Amino acid sequence: MTHDLFLVAAAFLACAVEMVEALTIVLAVGVTRGWRSAIIGTATALGALTIVVAALGPALAVLPIDGLRLFVGGLLLVFGLQWLRKAILRASGFKALHDEDAIFAEEQLAARAASRDGSRLDWYTFTVSFKGVFLEGLEVAFIVVTFGGAQHNVALAAVGAAIAAVVVGIVGLTVHRPLSQVPENTMKYAVGVMLCTFGMFWAGEGAGVDWPGRDASLVALLAFEIATGAALIWVLRRSRGSAELTGAVA
Amino acid sequence: MNHLTTFGRFWYDFIIGDDWRLALGVVITITVVAVAAHHGTDCWWLLPLGVAALLTMSVTHATRQRRQ
Repeated sequence: MTHDLFLVAAAFLACAVEMVEALTIVLAVGVTRGWRSAIIGTATALGALTIVVAALGPALAVLPIDGLRLFVGGLLLVFGLQWLRKAILRASGFKALHDEDAIFAEEQLAARAASRDGSRLDWYTFTVSFKGVFLEGLEVAFIVVTFGGAQHNVALAAVGAAIAAVVVGIVGLTVHRPLSQVPENTMKYAVGVMLCTFGMFWAGEGAGVDWPGRDASLVALLAFEIATGAALIWVLRRSRGSAELTGAVA
Repeated sequence: MNHLTTFGRFWYDFIIGDDWRLALGVVITITVVAVAAHHGTDCWWLLPLGVAALLTMSVTHATRQRRQ
């Protein structure tokens, strides 16, 4: 049960972050150059993604579970540490926050500058929408397939992704603007923590360790990761503040 | 060839990202844990400690670079 809840929550958060990024790109070209080609590009990318997931998902189910957990756990750990590292640097002010408004404006400017070729389908809008949705969606598919594969339950991970798609889609249709109000860095921090927790747990199981408390150790690992991240943010904020103070005095 | 490079770069950026040391550290930590387990020593605690150490090392390295 703990496993299942974590799986759905992790897939939901990770997918929501990527979908916000894809939606920003589609909205920018859609608002600027028209919706028809943007929607066709998005639909084509979603179709291509469905094929990728359908091809990879069942293939993972026939692999030996320990080897799969070792590989996927290691991969998620590397992946999660990167997310967590960026989120910590952003939260402590050492890296600029991801600005969806700026990305939206940038995409709009590029869309206006691009010429139209006169054909019925606007290839610029189609390509930008397709690329945005396919690349971000590929990241979503990768998370769903690896999370689901390591637990032999791709369907449950897909449920988390589907909930994220519905939530982000509804918000996007409602606001018709970049989702800059979404606390993206907090979500990325949460995703990084989740990926690291699952990564450690599965890599450990695949490597042959017996976690104390079995599934319950997931909660302890999660708490440990949150505490580590919070401590690092606190220390970095303090060191940044004192460095600025020293600079101002000097 | 250009498409192959772009494809490779996408996966490198996606998985390895900004700091390759994290990936290397994870591989070394998991290998040590697996070898120890194979020889009958269950050192599960090495994973969370190793991850915390890697994260600390990586953000410290990044902030030092940004200060310089």
